[in-house]
Amino acid sequence: MSTEAEARPADAAPERPGAINAVPVRHPGRWVAIVVIVVLVAMLVHLLVTNKAFDWKFVFEAMNQQPVINGFLKGTLLVTVLSMIVGVGGGVLLAVMRLSDNPILSGVAWVFTWFFRSIPRYILLFTMGTLGILFPQGIAFGVPFDWKIIDWLGMSGDWRFFTLDANQVFTGLVAGVIGLGLSEAAYMAEIARAGIMSVDPGQAEAAEALGMSRGKVMRRVVLPQAMRVIVPPTGNETIAMLKDTSLLLAVPVIGELFYQLQSIGSNFYKTFPIAVAATLFYLLATSVLMVGQYFLERHFGRGFGNKAPRAARPAGAGGA
Amino acid sequence: MALVEIQNLHKSFGSNHVLRGIDFTVEEGEVVCVIGPSGSGKSTLLRCVNLLEVPQQGQVFVRGEDITDRDCHLDAARQQIGMVFQQFNLFPHLSVLDNCTVAQTTVLKRSKAAAEQIARDTLDRVGLSDKVSAYPMQLSGGQQQRVAIARALSMDPALMLFDEPTSALDPELVGDVLTVMRKLALDGMTMLVVTHEMAFAREVADRVVFMDAGVIVEQGPPAEVIGNPKEERTRTFLRRVLDPTHVEPTP
Repeated sequence: MSTEAEARPADAAPERPGAINAVPVRHPGRWVAIVVIVVLVAMLVHLLVTNKAFDWKFVFEAMNQQPVINGFLKGTLLVTVLSMIVGVGGGVLLAVMRLSDNPILSGVAWVFTWFFRSIPRYILLFTMGTLGILFPQGIAFGVPFDWKIIDWLGMSGDWRFFTLDANQVFTGLVAGVIGLGLSEAAYMAEIARAGIMSVDPGQAEAAEALGMSRGKVMRRVVLPQAMRVIVPPTGNETIAMLKDTSLLLAVPVIGELFYQLQSIGSNFYKTFPIAVAATLFYLLATSVLMVGQYFLERHFGRGFGNKAPRAARPAGAGGA
Repeated sequence: MALVEIQNLHKSFGSNHVLRGIDFTVEEGEVVCVIGPSGSGKSTLLRCVNLLEVPQQGQVFVRGEDITDRDCHLDAARQQIGMVFQQFNLFPHLSVLDNCTVAQTTVLKRSKAAAEQIARDTLDRVGLSDKVSAYPMQLSGGQQQRVAIARALSMDPALMLFDEPTSALDPELVGDVLTVMRKLALDGMTMLVVTHEMAFAREVADRVVFMDAGVIVEQGPPAEVIGNPKEERTRTFLRRVLDPTHVEPTP
């Protein structure tokens, strides 16, 4: 194939070598792949447009209902944000505890991680919804075992400052956020621990040698560098969390997106368009999150020479 | 009173007894070079001076204060001691200027403006005033090490520790760093330098300490220790360092 390209016209024969007749490398495989993909896409578009089961009008109508939109904003987005705040904050704290020299702190962190990683989220959320039964008189904040101490001292009354109604706490969005947040903290603890351990110990030594306290070393030197390693899997976790909000059904949280869509679907006997509507909502939210992740990675990649990988990164962050 | 006084220092890593009873002082304004074969405990000794390594036995006094005492405010003691590492250990996520200001603002509570002014002055001292906004990874090894020296100097230390500061550098970059260190010594800085640069030790040091197998074998003015060593172990070491191609006759 290349011998023709290299052959020079016989009559030209210049004194200096002429321009090389370069032929680009041919990629016949790519053309085959393009044809296959185009055909598949055409089939998909045809299916989407012509198949009556999609009932696009109903899909968009269902998506536009106020309870559904509320479910998306509160049940999906708000719960994702709040749970991830609890999860990331708790996870970093647990990771620092786990890596501490103090055996009590590291033991507590280990037990927490063990417990919450062991329980399936669906069952954890179901349990959170029923925890109120443990505290029929509410959750009181005050001196522990105050009734025993008061009894022992021969006094009366109580030493409680305020009491929460347990059935109010362990219900709805609050129970959902507590459950998802604590579960997430257990996973984030491992991610944060990996991030902290990825930072060269010489960094902490240099900071300590400058007289910085342990806390300052962590906040100003170690964590900012650990973030470079922590952010990509945290993006993954956020996307997984977005989807796990559909488990709020177990609490139950009836203001949740999929619950609302399903109730519309069962009213009108249209199951499939409802699944399509839910898919579209989750696609939309996930796409927005990926853009956010790109900017976060760029921020924490400063000074390391590597810009956040461009299009490749968001595509790779598909996740659970 | 000596700036640093070390008494009967012992340090082990597991069963490896690295320091075996070191007694040692550094006076104010003195430049001390510690030499010796690898594994002799030189770096461990240096790291015990600011307690990056905690000794099992013995005391380290900085300006008369025992920093191995549990009640001692270690962070305050470390502020007086600047340290330069073999691998530079600059903070890669901070610019050169921020590397030199972060400890000033967080530890010494200097204002941002004051800290930046001091950082610019010290960077000027090491000849890198044009690199303030660069990130460490954009600099050569020699430049990074000079930033590390500036970072330590920004804290106005009374003592500077150098842990093989030129060992990770390409040979042609060693000179720049040694020039900065020589200038520092001439300015009267108290320096404790672990080094393999015999020419530097001979020229700049007030005192050379030869260590081997966790003990100080001999110490004194460079002309004596390097020029005319008394101990056989020192002579063997210097022969190897000064003439690496020399082959010892087999007996």
